[in-house]
Amino acid sequence: MTGRPLLSVRELTKRFGNRVACCDVGFDLWPGEVLGIVGESGSGKTTLLNCLAGRMTPDAGSVIYDSNASGLVDVHRLSEARRRLLTRTEWGFVNQDAREGLRMGVSAGANIGERLMAIGERHYGEIRQTATDWLGRVEIELDRLDDRPTDFSGGMRQRLQIARNLVSNPWLVFMDEPTGGLDVSVQARILDLLRGLVENLHLSAVLVTHDLGVARLLTHRLMVMQGGRVVEDGLTDQVLDDPQHAYTQMLVASILPA
Amino acid sequence: MPPDPTQPVLRVSHLSKSFVVHAQGGLALPVLRDVSLAVSPGECVALVGRSGAGKSTLLRCLYGNYRADAGSIRVRHRNDNVELAGAEPRVTLDVRRRTLGFVSQFLRVIPRVPAIDVVAEPALRLGATETEARRRAEFLLGVLGIPPRLWLLPPATFSGGEQQRVNIARSLIVDYPILLLDEPTASLDEGNRAGVVELINQRRDAGTAIVGIFHDAAVRDAVATRIHDVVPPGAQP
Ligand SMILES: Nc1ncnc2c1ncn2[C@@H]1O[C@H](COP(=O)(O)OP(=O)(O)OP(=O)(O)O)[C@@H](O)[C@H]1O
Ligand SMILES: Nc1ncnc2c1ncn2[C@@H]1O[C@H](COP(=O)(O)OP(=O)(O)OP(=O)(O)O)[C@@H](O)[C@H]1O
Ligand SMILES: [Mg+2]
Ligand SMILES: [Mg+2]
Repeated sequence: MTGRPLLSVRELTKRFGNRVACCDVGFDLWPGEVLGIVGESGSGKTTLLNCLAGRMTPDAGSVIYDSNASGLVDVHRLSEARRRLLTRTEWGFVNQDAREGLRMGVSAGANIGERLMAIGERHYGEIRQTATDWLGRVEIELDRLDDRPTDFSGGMRQRLQIARNLVSNPWLVFMDEPTGGLDVSVQARILDLLRGLVENLHLSAVLVTHDLGVARLLTHRLMVMQGGRVVEDGLTDQVLDDPQHAYTQMLVASILPA
Repeated sequence: MPPDPTQPVLRVSHLSKSFVVHAQGGLALPVLRDVSLAVSPGECVALVGRSGAGKSTLLRCLYGNYRADAGSIRVRHRNDNVELAGAEPRVTLDVRRRTLGFVSQFLRVIPRVPAIDVVAEPALRLGATETEARRRAEFLLGVLGIPPRLWLLPPATFSGGEQQRVNIARSLIVDYPILLLDEPTASLDEGNRAGVVELINQRRDAGTAIVGIFHDAAVRDAVATRIHDVVPPGAQP
């Protein structure tokens, strides 16, 4: 197969004091792939994701991104300004807590429109139209366009955060427990939405979750983390149906069959 | 260009597979040892062996769902021979998208997605238009006897036999050159079983290479061109 990786990660390590949060992680993410990171609480998933997305500086290792605009870039050697630009134009980041990923003080429409303005869209009518389209795509009633997310339910906020991140057609989206903290029926709706979007927009994504059902539904590949290290990785259904590592077997065995 | 019917499109050599369950002391349970098998276009090979012999394990290894420990699984894919044992995920996924179809015994239900879209999805992934994919999905669901009133409902609440037929429709919507079938008629009544047998035979006669497990002897006799015995390692001479 041809082409080159969208993201190349090598020997990534991050410590907090003398606690190693993530250790010697390396992988290639190919265009169109959705990679899941699973593992128990404290295994280093969020730390790794933050290091990949340039939100946290690793102690060692590198993250090389194949930028649409500027070719291969070393994420941790970019200037702060260029990294911010990259984050707004080619990437998305969906936080577990939608309040961290949204601007709670401005309307839903403005939350979506802001990303469009960041990529140079200036025509107010068009921004409003696109924002409205996206509200529809994430199944929020269109008459909520001028309401603030403070008035939204948790599930609606999460869908708004997804719209805000995807409206600018990013190449790569990072997601940290996008359905965590939501009740089950709301989760199903968001998973269904994400699944459709990933499929139709040919997104590449790195998704952190502790929910193996979510991983099975949304990801192509899995990395299993334990104590900051990747103990197993491979095709999602193979890792879940034929786990090799003792820790993965324990994880898989501890969920109830669907 | 149709594949050369005299050349195998699937070639398994010296395949071995054990399961190591760490919670049970980490002992290795050997299931497949040194399995070799070649399947050409138009052949339907039935895997036969007692319960627990490793038939499903073999089929899942061929699909890349179970990891082969040793040996080789080569498939004809995009005019090339591709090794599936130890392949990178993206290679296996590409082979599954175009070349290798799999009917498992159970449908893995996707929440909220209507039956018709579950069926149409593999065709859309290969670039079929929405209209074309839907037309084919409707045709297959019709042939398989799923009443139109169910087409727009998610299959989560369907009966076992209905889910099984949705599953079959999903795997037949793309003309995969190689089909793997794990008891495709297990939960079907007589009438629906005949419909599935008919569809399998059409594919086989059109040049699809098929490997399947068919518990029902009548179904097996109707579709298989050849038997491959699956013998657990302990029972081997
Ligand atoms: N800012 C920080 N300062 C100090 N220690 C931290 C910090 N962030 C994370 N850690 C520690 O690093 C380890 C990995 O944490 P991380 O948040 O990456 O885990 P996680 O896998 O995302 O867990 P969860 O599933 O609970 O979100 C933990 O031991 C955690 O206590
Ligand atoms: N994921 C797995 N982990 C551990 N052991 C497994 C796994 N899958 C299958 N096995 C074991 O491998 C052996 C062969 O099972 P397999 O399902 O392949 O048999 P089979 O020939 O298909 O039987 P049946 O006719 O009953 O379906 C059994 O002992 C089974 O317990
Ligand atoms: Mg976390
Ligand atoms: Mg079986």
